[in-house]
Amino acid sequence: MIALRGIRKRFGALRVLDGVDLAIGDGRVTAVVGPNSAGKTTLIKSILGLTRVDEGTIVIDGRPIDAAGEYRRGIGYMPQIARFPDNLTAEDLFAMMRDLQDGHGMQDEELVQALGLAPHMQQRLRVLSGGTRQKVNAALAFLFAPSVLILDEPTAGLDPVASGIVKDKVLAERRKGRTIVLTSHVMSELEELADDVAFLVDGRIRYAGSVHDLKKTTRQLSLERAIAHVLSRGLAA
Amino acid sequence: MSAVSKVVRYVARDLVRSRWLLAYAGFFVAATTLLLRFSDTPEKAMLSVSHVVLFVVPLANVVFGAMYLYGAREFVELLLAQPVRRGALYAGLVLGLAGPVAGASVLGLLLPLVLMGAGSAVAGTALLVAGIAAALGAVFTVLAAVIAFAIEDRARGLAAALGAWLVLAVAYDAAVLMAAAQFADYPLERPMLAAMLANPIDLSRLLLLVRLDGAALLGYTGAVFQRFFGGAGALAAAGAIALWIAVPAWAGARLFQRKDF
Repeated sequence: MIALRGIRKRFGALRVLDGVDLAIGDGRVTAVVGPNSAGKTTLIKSILGLTRVDEGTIVIDGRPIDAAGEYRRGIGYMPQIARFPDNLTAEDLFAMMRDLQDGHGMQDEELVQALGLAPHMQQRLRVLSGGTRQKVNAALAFLFAPSVLILDEPTAGLDPVASGIVKDKVLAERRKGRTIVLTSHVMSELEELADDVAFLVDGRIRYAGSVHDLKKTTRQLSLERAIAHVLSRGLAA
Repeated sequence: MSAVSKVVRYVARDLVRSRWLLAYAGFFVAATTLLLRFSDTPEKAMLSVSHVVLFVVPLANVVFGAMYLYGAREFVELLLAQPVRRGALYAGLVLGLAGPVAGASVLGLLLPLVLMGAGSAVAGTALLVAGIAAALGAVFTVLAAVIAFAIEDRARGLAAALGAWLVLAVAYDAAVLMAAAQFADYPLERPMLAAMLANPIDLSRLLLLVRLDGAALLGYTGAVFQRFFGGAGALAAAGAIALWIAVPAWAGARLFQRKDF
């Protein structure tokens, strides 16, 4: 379980996160949704310690996150933008991550095979297409079979086939009891994947709970309409 | 293996394979070869080479260092999401960047000397020039790190990198000379000394001066410094250069620790 309490973060005069309380349940897929610049990426980066919050606490499985970053051993992160050093190969990149993770523990290279990355492993990352780099990015996040997966727009830039493979992988990991946090702008994708939804507007949580409950309260059939409903009229039906 | 050396290993691997680094080393090979060929003596050639080093190394390192670090922004984010301390990652990035760049300049400078057999005559001088290329490279690489982690916007950061070079390489000596002319009636030795310590390029020039004894290199600040310190001047200058690496490196580390990625 990932528990965020009273998270505040401002960049200059801009309040990006303005008192976020959120509990992310184990073994579930939680979608962080919200309009552009609502603070989704900042929220995700706070959990990883990439962004230092001004106020509030973040506790993962009972332990507050710390600067040493050992807790990140159990987290797989897929950043929104896949940009890697020009002259390394995908193989170098995988080796580097293994080194930094100390290599022990199970390794899951299923996505390398499924996404057809094998022929590209020895090529320099500079010459790979944007889509292929995004595939490398996805395969890296799942590489250490982490207990927590944090995926920022995981299917952006992927073709429909690859996107389907990544989504299947997310669902397979969920069945294994992993905790998954993801953001996306594609509502149909969230409809497919998400158990819970955390709806972030102007740095505050507007709604947090199961997708099922959200649809029921707003009396809408799709997640997209339910969210639009919350945005325009609040939670009242 | 420590986390620092792991990061160094891959950053260095990336750089060693880059065309830019090859071109950088190639430039020094070409410059040294040409100057050796067209100078009367190897000593004179090394004097000219040192001019080239003092001009090119700061510019190339600060601009390339900043460009590399801005380009590595997303990569750094990915690394920060691994179980690594920020301090270790910072040290790995800066060492991995400074090492290969310094290595390229040293190899580029010394290779033609060895190949043309001119090495033995000017071995000491050549090693000093190479050492200064490495040290100045380190100074301007850590300055690039400070700029890249202090300024969020890439375009403004690159402008700041160019600005830092312009100030230290060009504007500084002009300002010192103007001040010296303005206050010629006053005892200026101590202020000049301070002015000298405050600029790593002037410091490097002094180190070369002591060795090469070339009056042509002697700017006004250099003359004062040499007279004041005598033989110990070189040591003082080397210490000051070490400070020029250590202080910005420390400042960059602080910025990196506090930065929001």
